[in-house]
Amino acid sequence: MNEPTPHAPGTDAHGDHQSDQALDMIQLLDHTGQLTAHPDYTPRITHLDADALRRMHRDMVLARTFDTEATSLQRQGELALFAPALGQEAAQVGSAWALRPQDYVFPSYREHAVVQARGVDPANILRIFRGIDHGGWDPADHNVHLYTLVIGSHTLHATGYAMGLQRDGLVGSGDPDRDAAVVTYFGDGATSQGDTNEALVFAAVNNAPVVLFCQNNQWAISEPTTRQSRVPIVERGRGFGVPSVRVDGNDVLACYAVTLEALERARTGGGPTFVEAYTYRMGAHTTSDDPTRYRSAAEEEHWRRRDPIDRFTTFLRSEGLLTEEHTDALAAEAEALAVRLREQVRAMDAPPTSSMFDDVYATPHSDVERERAWFARYEASFADAAADGSGATASEGAAR
Amino acid sequence: MSIERVSLAKAINLGLRRCLEGDPTTLLMGEDIGTLGGVFRVTDGLQKDFGPDRVVDTPLAESGIVGTAIGLALRGYRPVCEIQFDGFIFPAFDQITTQLAKMHYRSRGRLQVPVVIRVPYGGGIGAVEHHSESPEVLFAHTAGLRVVSPATPADAYTMIQEAVASPDPVLFFEPKGRYWDKADVDLDATGSGLDTARVARPGTDVTLVAHGPTVTTALRAAEAAAAEGTSIEVVDLRSISPLDTATVAESVRKTGRCVVVHEAPVQYGTGGEVAARITEECFFHLEAPVLRVGGFHAPYPVARLEHDYLPSLDRVMEAVDRTLST
Repeated sequence: MNEPTPHAPGTDAHGDHQSDQALDMIQLLDHTGQLTAHPDYTPRITHLDADALRRMHRDMVLARTFDTEATSLQRQGELALFAPALGQEAAQVGSAWALRPQDYVFPSYREHAVVQARGVDPANILRIFRGIDHGGWDPADHNVHLYTLVIGSHTLHATGYAMGLQRDGLVGSGDPDRDAAVVTYFGDGATSQGDTNEALVFAAVNNAPVVLFCQNNQWAISEPTTRQSRVPIVERGRGFGVPSVRVDGNDVLACYAVTLEALERARTGGGPTFVEAYTYRMGAHTTSDDPTRYRSAAEEEHWRRRDPIDRFTTFLRSEGLLTEEHTDALAAEAEALAVRLREQVRAMDAPPTSSMFDDVYATPHSDVERERAWFARYEASFADAAADGSGATASEGAAR
Repeated sequence: MSIERVSLAKAINLGLRRCLEGDPTTLLMGEDIGTLGGVFRVTDGLQKDFGPDRVVDTPLAESGIVGTAIGLALRGYRPVCEIQFDGFIFPAFDQITTQLAKMHYRSRGRLQVPVVIRVPYGGGIGAVEHHSESPEVLFAHTAGLRVVSPATPADAYTMIQEAVASPDPVLFFEPKGRYWDKADVDLDATGSGLDTARVARPGTDVTLVAHGPTVTTALRAAEAAAAEGTSIEVVDLRSISPLDTATVAESVRKTGRCVVVHEAPVQYGTGGEVAARITEECFFHLEAPVLRVGGFHAPYPVARLEHDYLPSLDRVMEAVDRTLST
């Protein structure tokens, strides 16, 4: 039985930080960027060649470029809001790299690096934050479901989808190009939601091929993880009888290895896995948030020294895998992405007003159609009034 | 034609059986629906014939039932969820109104979630708390959901099949107090659509609008009124969302008087919506204000009092007398 944690995770009563070892988590790169051997997980990364490691690094850097650019666009008034993923690039890119094309992702709303690494044009994410789209992309294009904003709701959708894969005979068939699994992303706060707990129940009793990937970024807006749980978050998965593992969420290689194992278990019929990726939300909850009201500069500094991109960059450099040439090329690619995002976002127009009546139902619904027709007449009345110069009085009529 | 005299519960059972036979993607999910056949036996025998992967006994968690049904629908299945009793739907309220109702809209039509949620509802069965409620308008108030309620075995048989076939999510409210009422059902019937009301009994003096369990009450009222020389037209709404205003309005233009009857509380209820629409559309045909008869603005009472809470034949007749005396 674990002792309750009475203080902010990663800290003791005096705000001093626990060592990474004390957290008992899987790590393949320590926070100085040195490889550390793990008997179970090191073998899962040995196949990653120089090119793969560089592309992983690229995905992390471009995710941060996206984050920085989106935050700027919000400050310029081009976006209504933005929720940065700053600091969570290793957890997201590492886990996304473990996916196969046939796997399916159910993200929360901060999984920009996952979505981007999966192949969705990141500009589409910004359609949501510009206020012109609730969705942003076609889920079928890259097997990435839409963002879900209500915390934890989508963990059940992921579990149900996984139950569908079982019924489709796509689990444990022995064909690695056919067998599929589902990953759902959520945060530490979501582990308090009933839906997340019900997802664990349904996943467990159905042995569903789903990986429940919790990014414990230490903060649910202003509330530390201690306001969600008196035991380490990973224990919650174990309580449901689901194999559960805590991984250093700022170690992209460990996140990759752990997710790879979990997905393999799922695809081969071994059922669900709960992953706690121990990481940190380096930025604000959203651009409307002010973290200085609830956390210390010392804590932020502690985690800045554990920046997942810095760690991986240090490792690649020390291995001689990241030359100046590579770095320059990546910087140019990042700048090009930023320019493209700026241009695309500024060109994104609001949809026509009448589109608010579109797709409410898949088949015509007389109440929606009546209101659509009324609204069209109402709008047309202004044009008619302008045409005959009689002023802008709209007649609502009895049919409203 | 293959006519069989069956109860409303059996009619739904037969309809579900046809769905399971006709489409391998149809699944039934719910608490106690498999081995037991459901607490009302609506799914009796179906797990035996279609197996536990298609007639699924789920964990006891309503949000989990609907949430996983959404995921299954996204994977191409057509799940039919049973919520054991009306008062147990609220743990799933968020998944229904926030997720299920909006999926097609927020994906701009790219995602369809053809989930049916069956809800035994209504009172009159002497049950304990939370087992007799009528929450249908809570869902009719939410865009993206279709909300229907059959009143007869024949409608129950076809409407459940139409609900399963619908690409939209459907809340299917089953009048549990009428589960054992028997009537002839044409097993070859294909139904008249989920969107339309029907005139259950023609008349000329007063329009009585009802749905689900109160259609029978309205028909009894019409019978009683006929003995006194009053001709009542009974309109069975069948659908609450959409609401077939045209059929009700056509009737009221003829009768000039309208009384709406439902078990759900009158306050902010279907009756208020019907009254507003009829007032707008038939204002100059109305001889009297539209009246409402239904539950009170009080929690559903103890079973020994429910017959005074529910819209009884006497209360319906009282409203009919009132509208005629205006």
